[in-house]
Amino acid sequence: MNPIVSFRGIHKSFGPKLIYAGLDLDVYPGETLTIIGGSGTGKSVMLKCLIGLMRPDAGTIQAFGEEVTGQSERELQSIRRRIGMLFQGAALFDSLTVEQNIAFPLLEQGEKDSDKIQARVGETLELVGLPGVEKQWPADLSGGMQKRVGLARAIAVEPEIILYDEPTTGLDPTNVHRINRLIRDLQKKMRVTSIVVTHDMDSAFDISDRFAMLYEHRIEWTGSVGDATQTQNAVVKAFIEGEIGETQVIAQVPSDGRPAR
Amino acid sequence: MSTSAGVMRGGVYAIGRGVMSFVGAFGGIAALTGDVLAAFVRGPREWTRTIQQVHAVGVQSISIAFLTAAATGMIFAVQFGFGLQRFGASLYAGKLVSIAFVMELGPVLTSLVVGARVGAGITAELGSMRVTEQIDAIRALGASPINKLVMPRVLACTLAIPMLVLMADLIGIIAAMFITMAQVGVSARFYLDQVLTTVNMNNLSHGLIKSIFFGYIIGIVGCNYGLRTWGGTRGVGQSTTESVVVIAVTILIADFFLTKMLLPLL
Repeated sequence: MNPIVSFRGIHKSFGPKLIYAGLDLDVYPGETLTIIGGSGTGKSVMLKCLIGLMRPDAGTIQAFGEEVTGQSERELQSIRRRIGMLFQGAALFDSLTVEQNIAFPLLEQGEKDSDKIQARVGETLELVGLPGVEKQWPADLSGGMQKRVGLARAIAVEPEIILYDEPTTGLDPTNVHRINRLIRDLQKKMRVTSIVVTHDMDSAFDISDRFAMLYEHRIEWTGSVGDATQTQNAVVKAFIEGEIGETQVIAQVPSDGRPAR
Repeated sequence: MSTSAGVMRGGVYAIGRGVMSFVGAFGGIAALTGDVLAAFVRGPREWTRTIQQVHAVGVQSISIAFLTAAATGMIFAVQFGFGLQRFGASLYAGKLVSIAFVMELGPVLTSLVVGARVGAGITAELGSMRVTEQIDAIRALGASPINKLVMPRVLACTLAIPMLVLMADLIGIIAAMFITMAQVGVSARFYLDQVLTTVNMNNLSHGLIKSIFFGYIIGIVGCNYGLRTWGGTRGVGQSTTESVVVIAVTILIADFFLTKMLLPLL
């Protein structure tokens, strides 16, 4: 099977800080792949490089057989419309209501029929278990609800790939369980390819088909959930057992990698 | 001795950093200007958002522009009335106040005061959006932050500031009229006659052309600092402060060159 996404020989640094040194990874259609690794190893950066929010220093990234890395901001728009992303903090637009947030990508794709838009907003909110919050403002919602609205916005245009950046971080156990169930349900209902970034191993085991362990600037290991429990790879074993976690934290830099003033 | 040398060295470094930051900002502003022009030509142009921004920039700044113009007009009427008395020319205060207002005071003071308010607002809003990944979310959803956020704000500032300046000119001249009437004893008719025989369309155009540039500076600098914000809420505060300073300094520098350029033409 041809991969739907592939990273080849990716190098990336933020100033003197090395993030990737020849990273390779393939993601196959329909699977849920979870990228695991300690904080600050560059898991989220992989997702941002995939949709062109950041650019690697060297190497190529392909999505749907198209080269992402060389594309201009304008050219990237068509690929981005086929990929949904749930940001770590949900990243809802606070100046728009929940309804307007979810309608945003629909309007961007040229949908003008307000009845259709309203119906799709209602449908996605139903899917994430939040019917009736259309008129509320993001600030009025709890963290868990914001993440679910963020997910509703990400799936509104029925993307072929969904990227989840730390979907359960900072949530209480009930919401963690709810988000995990949502990811699994979406996988079944929409048959999308999902790439999840998390360091929450309980969630990772719950939702994944396959793991990719990011360690020391490369993908150290890939394997199925079953393989992960039986692997002899010392790094993976140590990570799953909680003996590797925090590494040096990546300096916070703008997502397009521009240096600070 | 060594302590004072250290303080001096620190001071020189701080000035150097400030100058470098100011020069560096111009690179970003030039690049953003190119992006905005390209986005404007290509479209889509977000007219609804632009009108909302004209409201935020223009309508909501009327009170502060009004207050600044009225206070400046009154103070200048007092100053000119008093100063001209020595030459027996206090009757003609209206001439000086009106020409000063239309060509210099109205455009510069309104832009500085409204620029601080609006520029800080734009930088803080876009900066917060940046650090909470909302700008990334716009891009990830297949839209352009230049079209959605920057172009409406830059257009709104470029359109609204000249309108505010026109209003400020009027308010300043009228405020000065009341003070001149009370202080010198001229009639309203005499004062307005002085104004109308002094100020011509060229003077008015001079001030308005400058204010178009000042409006553009407020919009583009505010957006540039907002989009380049990083480092959480502390970064938002820092960007906002820098943005307001750069807006003020750029307006003053631009005023000198625009005045030099426009005076022989108009």
